[in-house]
Parts: sequence; structure tokens; C-alpha cells
Amino acid sequence: MERAGSAPVSAPPSGFDYLADRGFRALAQAGVWLVLLLLAAILWSIGGKAWPGIRDFGLGFLTSTTWDASRNVFGILPEIWGTLYSSLLALAIGGFFGVVMAIFLTQDFLPPRLAQVFRTVVELLAAIPSVVYGLWGLFVVVPAMRPLADALYAHLGWIPLFGTSLSGPGLAPAAVVLAIMILPTVAAISQDALRLVPYKIKEAAYGLGTTRWEAILKVMLPAASTGIFGALVLGFGRALGETMALAMLIGNSNQVTLSLFSPANTLAALLALNFPEAGPRQVQVLMYAALVLLAITLAVNVLGEAIMRLASKEQGRR
Amino acid sequence: VSVRPIAVTPAVPVSLRRSALDRRALRSLLLSAGAWAAALIAAVPLVSVLYMLIVRGGARLHWELFTELPPAGFEIGGGFGNAIVGTLVMVGLGGLLSIPLGILAAIFLCELGPRSRLAQAARFAAKTMTGLPSILAGVFAYAAIVLLTGSYSAPAGGLALAVLMLPTVMLTAEEAMKTVPRITKEAAFGMGCTRSQVIWKVVLPTAMPGILTGVMLAVARAAGETAPLLFTALFSNYWLFESGRLHLMQPTASLAVLIYNFSGMPFDNQIELAWAASLVLVLIVLFINIVSRLIGQRRV
Repeated sequence: MERAGSAPVSAPPSGFDYLADRGFRALAQAGVWLVLLLLAAILWSIGGKAWPGIRDFGLGFLTSTTWDASRNVFGILPEIWGTLYSSLLALAIGGFFGVVMAIFLTQDFLPPRLAQVFRTVVELLAAIPSVVYGLWGLFVVVPAMRPLADALYAHLGWIPLFGTSLSGPGLAPAAVVLAIMILPTVAAISQDALRLVPYKIKEAAYGLGTTRWEAILKVMLPAASTGIFGALVLGFGRALGETMALAMLIGNSNQVTLSLFSPANTLAALLALNFPEAGPRQVQVLMYAALVLLAITLAVNVLGEAIMRLASKEQGRR
Repeated sequence: VSVRPIAVTPAVPVSLRRSALDRRALRSLLLSAGAWAAALIAAVPLVSVLYMLIVRGGARLHWELFTELPPAGFEIGGGFGNAIVGTLVMVGLGGLLSIPLGILAAIFLCELGPRSRLAQAARFAAKTMTGLPSILAGVFAYAAIVLLTGSYSAPAGGLALAVLMLPTVMLTAEEAMKTVPRITKEAAFGMGCTRSQVIWKVVLPTAMPGILTGVMLAVARAAGETAPLLFTALFSNYWLFESGRLHLMQPTASLAVLIYNFSGMPFDNQIELAWAASLVLVLIVLFINIVSRLIGQRRV
């Protein structure tokens, strides 16, 4: 440290400072380029490695239901179906609880301290690794669900939804665990959306004589609807790409089924199970499947981001 | 657009006193009860997971877990010392790659060219990478390193984790730097600082708690990731450092993959170990999370 008095406190940059400044700025810019390059490399390497598979199997790969490495016949329709079906089920459960949770935490149901505790609990749900959820699902959810599932099958087996018994892993336990995993995402983004609605709008509703829930359902939710919709889409995107809990719980069976209790498969689980032992031929096919997963999640996430941008624009107009 | 009236003005003046037995009041009460019930149900999984971890994982908690190697088939005892080392090494490699790059890119995004085309493209890329399924990061590392070197290895796992950590580090660092007051920076410019000096001496120190929060969240997430390690690092029953040599280019164990592998085995010993490993993993992840929260709070 120089003492004021012996030397000026401020001074113009020296020549070395200029050089260092130039160098550092160039370095930072190179860093940004590297980030872009990394994304390009990801897309290029998956796409490039998938290309032989695309050339050989074409679009039939997406609609065929057989996966037989020994006969060199591959199709991923059951996996696409399983991915969408399990994610939609999870979205129905997790989305409902997530939005209710967001209402519960933002609409003065709890004293602020306690609401903060609940908010932390929901955030910690997101911090638990998915493989731990898988283990928990295997040893807690599946056994807990089996009596109910078998009762439904025995009495309402004629409904396609309950068309099989739950013999172990299956769609329903996988969807329940998946719902728990997307709940924090939906709850967090919906809370932001609800908190952004100006308080005076709610006060105006109360002034008109609404009850608490009339104000929530007819004023707050519609005002925050774009943001909440975005939260649901982003939650759906998370569910589509989730791997471990599904690989452990869904049963990895190559079939297209409506039944909630039968085993199924998803794209991510297919990759997780087959990559470790894949030969060169199978790697091409799996890369094709990875590309399909990438395309689906990318489309859903870009849609979600677009909706969120729309929501923040609406917010600006208020 | 016509707006449906929410409350109708009564034709005859009515008392403003509210009855708890009114149909609307009852409905509101019922919905409130429903919301309470839903919130409590949503808390059940966390309680149940923690309970199972403490009861089943805690039962097996012992020092030998941290010093011994995973047992084979019918063996009794054993631990997962090598998996803890593997997780630390791979998360470390991922951090080494992603943290400097993420902060450097964030500096450009926030300080050097916030509205440039390049910055906008990078922000979009980072958002896209946040939504990338973690298994696809594994697919990328598999294509980039495993196929190239012909072997499953710790660097391949580290690269996959780096891809997952990078967007979190970058976006939270940018947000943290944005909160640095403009007048502080302008004061530094007024003293004759170059832009880099302002960044190093004012922006980075001021934003450090926020940047650290993002870094620790990324580390916590990476430590629990399984899917990207499954076919990049695979698994190993041996130590990473053995007989004085570092087997960096060999398959490497990790806690997360150990849990996955052992959960499907028909042996009680392995399943107990899977629960104990889950407990250790969750403790590590929650510890990092809570520390990052404490650091973040000090910022305010």
C-alpha cells in the first residue's frame, strides 16, 4: 500500500496495465467462444456418431417396436412412448402438487418464517441425487404400491389403465418418483410467477368481497398463468431427460402399453442400460436414440424458455 | 375482452358481516384444508427418504466403509473407500474444467459485452445446456473420450460432469456480478483502473459470495450425478492410486454408480452397502448445499 502524500492515490494505467487489460479481455472473450464451441461439439459429436445409424435405419427406427441386437433389428417406439407416458403421468401428479405448493407458500397460509422452512424443504427435495430416489423407490414405493395396484387389477382389470398386476418395477412407481423429482422445479418457478403478481391486484379483489380462494383462483392464478404454464413445460422437460430413477424403477420392458402397472422403458433408461456393453454397431443405434432424446428435450425446453420470456414481458407491461 | 364479474353488487343493501357457514366461506375453508393436506403430502417423500437413509444406511455406518474396497458376490463386510476417492477426483476434474471457464465467460457476459451478439448466443447456449438431460452429457463424453482412448476413465467422467456444471457456474456468476453496484465500479474507473483491474479488484471480490454459491451448487449436483458416469467412468473394484501408481486412464468407481450397481444385486450385504453409500452421498450433498446457502445469505 502506498501512502497518500508520498504518491498520488490515482494514476493513469501504465503500459503494462494496458497490455494486461487487452490480454485478459481477449481471454474472457475466448472463454465465451469455448462455451459456444462446447455446445456445438456436443451436438456435432452425438449427431455425427448417430449418422450411420440414421442412414441404415431411417425413420423406421422411430416406429419399429423390436430391439434385437443379435438379429440387428432396432426400433425405439416403445421407448419414445414410455418416455412421453411416464413424463406426462409425472407431470400430472408433480405439476398439481407443485402448483398447490407454490400457492400454499406465497398466499399467506403460513407465517413467513415457517414458509421459509417449507421452501427449504422443497428445495432440499431437489438436492437429493436421483439414484437415491431410485433406491428409495425400489425398497419403499414399489412395496407400498403393490397391494393397491393388485386390488385395482383384481377389481377393475377390464380398464386398460389397470390391465396388469404390479409384479415389481413398473410405470406407476416410476411416475410417482419422477413426480417427486419435478415437484421442486414446478414449485420454484410457479412461486416466482405468483410472487411477481402485484399485491394491490389481490387487495383489489379482497376489496370486492372475494374469499381467499376466489382471489387465488380467479385473480392470482390467471395473472400468473403464463409463468405457471412455463413452469409445467420446464418440469416436463426435466422429466423427459431423467435417467436413473427410471432405469431402476420402470422395469426395462420393450412394449407399448397403457397399463400403469406393467413394466415399460424410456429413451434415457435405454441409453443407461445398453451403452456400457455396446459393440460398435449398437453404439451407432444408441447414438441415434440419444439424438432423438436430445431433439425432444431441446424442443420442450426451448418452448418452456419462450413461454417464460413471454411471461416476463407480460410482467413488464403491468 | 369482457371480464366476468368476480363479485356482484347486491341489489338490496346487505350486512357486511361474514358468516363462517356461508357457502362461499365454506368452500374457501375446504380448499384451504386441501392445500394444507397437499403440502403435508408433498413433504412425506423427503421425510421418508431421510428416515430410510438414517435407519438402513445408519445401521451400517462404520469406519471400514471409508477404508475398504467393495465386496464381491458372497463376501461379507467391505466398504466403498475407492468410490469416495473416485467421486472426489471426478468432481474435482469437472470443477477444474468448468469453474474457471464458467467464471471467465460470465465476466465477459456481465462486464465486457453484455449486449453483444456473442453474449446473447452464449446465454442461450448455457440455458440450453441447463436443460440437457444429464445422460446426454455422458453420451458426449463417451463419444469424445471413451471412443477415442478406447477405455473408460476418470477424465471421461470428469468431462461429462464439467458439461453439467458449466451452465450453473456461468449463469449464477453472471447474476452475482450484476449485483455489484455501478457506482463502485465507476469509482474504480475514476481512479484510473483499466477494465481488467476493475474486474479483478472490485467486481470479483464483491461478487465472490454469489459466485461461490453457484459453484457449490454445481459441485453438489455433480457429486450426485449417476447417469453421466455410467458409461464414461464405469465402475471399478480397485483403488485409483495403487502400489504407488495412479490408474487415471482406468475405469473409476464413484459413490453414485456404486449405489446403482449394488441396488440391483440379490445380496443383502450389497444392498446394505447401497443404503450406507446413499446416506454418505446425501450427507455430502446436503452439507455442500447448506454451506452454499450460508455463504449466499451473507451477501445480503
